[in-house]
Amino acid sequence: MTDTTVQTKALSRNQWWDVWDQFKTHKGAVVGGGFLLFITLAVLFGPYLWTLDPQRLDIRAKDMRPIYTLLWDSGAKVSWGHPFGTDNLGRDTMAKLMAGGQVSMAVGWVAMLLSIVMGTAIGVVAGYFKRFDGLLMRFTDLFLALPLLPLLLVIMMLFRDSLRKSFGPEMGIFILIVIGIGITSWMQTARIVRGDVLALKERDFILAARSIGTSPRHMISRHLLPNVMSPIMVSATLGLANAIITESALSFLGLGFPSDFPTWGKLLFDATDRMELYPERVIWPGICISFTVLSVNYIGDGLRDALDPRIRGR
Amino acid sequence: MLNFTIRRLLISVPTLVFISLVIFLLLQLAPGDPMAQVPLTVPPEVKQKMREALGLGQPIHIQYWKWLVQFFWVEPLHLFDYMFNTVYSEGMQRVISWQTRSPVMDIVAQRIPQTLWVVGMSYVLGIMIALPLGIISAYKQYSIFDQVGTFISMVGFSVPTFFTGVLLIVVFSVQLQWFPSIYDTTHKVTDFSSLMFQIKQMIMPVSVLALYNAAQIGRFMRASMLDNLNQDYVRTARAKGLPEKVVVLVHVLRNSMIPVITVIALGVPQVFGGAIITEQVFKVNGLGQLLITAIQANDLPMVQTLTFIFAILIVLFNLIADVLYGVLDPRIRYD
Amino acid sequence: MTLMKRAIGSALALSMATMATAERGSDGDVKIIYWQAPSTMNPYLSGGTKDVDASALVIEPLGRYDENGAIVPWLVDEIPTVANGGVSADLTSITWKLKSGLKWSDGSAVTSNDVKFSADYCMSPDGGCAQLSRFGGVSSVDIIDDLTVKITFEKPTPFPYGPFVGAETPVLQAAQFANCMGAAAPTCTDANFNPVGTGGFVVTEFRPNDVITLKANEQYRDPAKPAFATMTFKGGGDAAGAGRAVMETGEFDYAWNLQLAPDVIAKMQEGGKGVPIAGFSTLVERLMINLTDPSSELGNERSTRKHPHPFLSNINVRKALSMAIDRELLREIGYGPAGKLTCNVVPAPAAYASPNNGSCLTQDIAGANALLDKAGFAKGSDGVRSKDGVRLSILYQTSTNAVRQDFQALIKQWWSEIGIETELRNIDASVFFGGDAGSPDTFQKLFADLEMYANNFSGTDPQSYLGRWRCDNIPSPDTQWQGENMPRFCDPAYDALHDKLQGTGDLEERAKISIALNDMLMQAYAIIPLVHRGRLSAHANSLGGVNLNVWDSEMWNTADWYRIK
Repeated sequence: MTDTTVQTKALSRNQWWDVWDQFKTHKGAVVGGGFLLFITLAVLFGPYLWTLDPQRLDIRAKDMRPIYTLLWDSGAKVSWGHPFGTDNLGRDTMAKLMAGGQVSMAVGWVAMLLSIVMGTAIGVVAGYFKRFDGLLMRFTDLFLALPLLPLLLVIMMLFRDSLRKSFGPEMGIFILIVIGIGITSWMQTARIVRGDVLALKERDFILAARSIGTSPRHMISRHLLPNVMSPIMVSATLGLANAIITESALSFLGLGFPSDFPTWGKLLFDATDRMELYPERVIWPGICISFTVLSVNYIGDGLRDALDPRIRGR
Repeated sequence: MLNFTIRRLLISVPTLVFISLVIFLLLQLAPGDPMAQVPLTVPPEVKQKMREALGLGQPIHIQYWKWLVQFFWVEPLHLFDYMFNTVYSEGMQRVISWQTRSPVMDIVAQRIPQTLWVVGMSYVLGIMIALPLGIISAYKQYSIFDQVGTFISMVGFSVPTFFTGVLLIVVFSVQLQWFPSIYDTTHKVTDFSSLMFQIKQMIMPVSVLALYNAAQIGRFMRASMLDNLNQDYVRTARAKGLPEKVVVLVHVLRNSMIPVITVIALGVPQVFGGAIITEQVFKVNGLGQLLITAIQANDLPMVQTLTFIFAILIVLFNLIADVLYGVLDPRIRYD
Repeated sequence: MTLMKRAIGSALALSMATMATAERGSDGDVKIIYWQAPSTMNPYLSGGTKDVDASALVIEPLGRYDENGAIVPWLVDEIPTVANGGVSADLTSITWKLKSGLKWSDGSAVTSNDVKFSADYCMSPDGGCAQLSRFGGVSSVDIIDDLTVKITFEKPTPFPYGPFVGAETPVLQAAQFANCMGAAAPTCTDANFNPVGTGGFVVTEFRPNDVITLKANEQYRDPAKPAFATMTFKGGGDAAGAGRAVMETGEFDYAWNLQLAPDVIAKMQEGGKGVPIAGFSTLVERLMINLTDPSSELGNERSTRKHPHPFLSNINVRKALSMAIDRELLREIGYGPAGKLTCNVVPAPAAYASPNNGSCLTQDIAGANALLDKAGFAKGSDGVRSKDGVRLSILYQTSTNAVRQDFQALIKQWWSEIGIETELRNIDASVFFGGDAGSPDTFQKLFADLEMYANNFSGTDPQSYLGRWRCDNIPSPDTQWQGENMPRFCDPAYDALHDKLQGTGDLEERAKISIALNDMLMQAYAIIPLVHRGRLSAHANSLGGVNLNVWDSEMWNTADWYRIK
């Protein structure tokens, strides 16, 4: 594994071009990447094109159906002004999906990255350095055992007001939520990475690297991390979905964003009671969440293949 | 390995006591009041009296000590009495729930059957789906099977159970009227027809949870298999002329199991923790529902006891996972 | 509404006719679902509605409120009054005489000793009895003879129906609870879960927070009742699931308290298996305005009388807030048939409802704007009004609940139209309604500019309810934030008038004073009423005899329920 890296380096061409070439051949990854790019751009720049305020109520235009309902029901209450329909208070669904996407994507990515970085760091250190193993794993057990809800309530109570003062109400809550989700979801990654590292460090190539005096830092970054990438990728994909859904559970409990602040998870939750009357209100946020997660999954697959020199060489 | 196990078991005891203290302090610190569900028509001075009757006025260290004694001494004694018809624990205060004013452990014992039936069954089912799914998906990477499996499991994982549960109820209970939407916890399986009813009422909650579990474990299984399928030792084994089945199902699988074992072991305590949302949607009223109602009612003895039981399971199953690592890969040594 | 009532009335009449020939236990099983699961069958230990309702199946009080809020005899032959000599002329004692021949479900006779015991049980100092306030002012309970018991009060009590009227204070069997007094209450798990009672049903198995199975009481006083042989009382889940199980799948016969949006209920009703029913007591969804400054810079003096609110202490701002609200729309969106319009904090009974505040029923954005202009609050470039550097920016908190969040969004919009900026906050109900002095988010602390919740009074007498807004009831750090005067309203004239109410016995005069007190609160705009809320439950089409009673327990007449064939 390491020798391949060294060889590629020796060539004048940057190894990342190889990775990119390999990545491009992975159809799923390209489609996934395209979708992710599309949805990210849509939620970021969509509101500049579709300028309706997602919090603006228009009670006369409540319960509008999406425009495509006309295809099978010519009597449906629709309007070109609200192509995706409106909710029970007359807020525009398209504007809500875009505004909600900004929040859900931001929360999902930041919380997931936080949890993955924490989990990986703790897992690698515990697996590689025997003297930290016991302590770090007992620490992990402790976090696994803490009841989530009271923990979040305490975090909210202790830090909400001070964060609100320094970062404003929305940014303050955002920081609280990502930290809350991050520090309550890193444990699985930590245990998986540690388990893999425990096995890896007895493998021949690691023993060989150690015998030539590779420093622990080098060992971790060059030999261990690349070999635990794939479970980390899976953790990241699952973690993204988990963070987006957990955020909605938090706002339901009153621990999240203010109630008129749409997020994908909350749109889905609020619409569940009316799924028979207005199926579009559950379908669209549902599709947004699962397709985002699905595309991240494919990108992860593509990256994994691209980063694996054995496959790349094939 | 035996040495390691014994040493870890011994370390577990102070670890658990420390965890119980942290949980206790966390619950003390958490905002909330056992009187929150008492109607607003009850005046504050009466609520204050009710709090005192629950022992809320006592200093924190005394409350903690009382719980320790009750949990580690009185409850085991009571269990002993119950099993051997003795009377050692008579007159001793057990851990009493604030909501029901009855022993916490009795309610826990009452809830275990339905939790195991539904959540436990879905976990077993989830694992049984996930392992072959992961193995085949990896072995035939990018085949149709793999693509469909990936799609279903990622959608299954990313659509929350509060939605899938209600969706199943709307389709199968309301429209088709095939299955009951409310789980009957008093139902006893005595003959074939009652077994059929039990299966009918379990199908929806079990499939919601099994899909979720299978998606998660299956992804790890697949990723780990993929990592190992390309290793040199696989090529060597094939070159030696070992049958493909043996290569994949013995050598590769064995080496791929470490992350999967980790995930499975982490999931078992969660089985006992119950599935809060799914239990709520289908009214299964297992341990998850018990925990969430206790948290909402701020029933601290109940929350503390339940969380601590989960903590014991977490420590235990993580230990089992560590031991299994050594069994799967004899090169891993802890000594 | 009246139509619904009439329908129920005729169903009831029909039931009487069919019941004459019915026999006990002939109608099989009845299934009830409560989305909050009962934790105990002893209302003296819990006080939660779910527990009181479950216990009402088994244990009963001497008198009850009927569906119109009138007191009717239950375990007695007549309600004691001054006229029939049951209440002493000086209003200091009430004498109850039990029906003769009453039996507990274990076959023993119900005696006056059981009544006295129940009072002693609740008044025992270490018991932490949830219903203690109903025994407030009771100095002694004395046995006159086997069936007669006299309750004496410390001072003249114009309304002596606190103890043993209504489902909250039933009669317990002395023999069963003898060893459960005071601190020993929690040791009596069996008695608390399976009380011996006089009601239509007895518990066969009680699973706390899950399900109760009951069977007909063989000793019940009417030999033809109850019609059902067994009952399943399931708890848990959510309101939507409960409604679905009754109205769409038909698995259950009765679902309690369906707090769902009207369009969701209407859709469920299309299922055709059951119907929703509504009843109104005194529950009012309201805004409580914080008259004091909640700014966090004030530290310990936050939300106390020491610092008046920078702009909400101005009555014109409060009035403008109320004028901008379209109450009819709130009712329609949030409660539909389970909501009525009101401009009072005491909306019922009819004699106590003030006729003087009707102006709030029409939304008046222009008027509100004019009022704020006149008060000197000018709109800034961002559309938010301010005066002397004080921006009209409001933090609006409430508990987490779908309808409340819709209300918040609507009201925020209306207020933005009159140049007031609103930040919304919702808090988990177990924190919001809890009294944890360590939490900043309780409704007593009110560390916000205003908050929304619903409240009512039990029974039909508003005296203690109106007493909430006396000066001495203001929550503050000195009282560990206990107290019920959330707006921190303090007016000596109000306190004096309330003192007068406490000393008045004449019902007409009491009604007049209550209306005056209500009007003082309303005209000060310290409390802004939004909707008079009803209780919405649902029952299966095949379940007869249901008579939704919101003044007592919903389970008050389960012995009369039967299966329509």
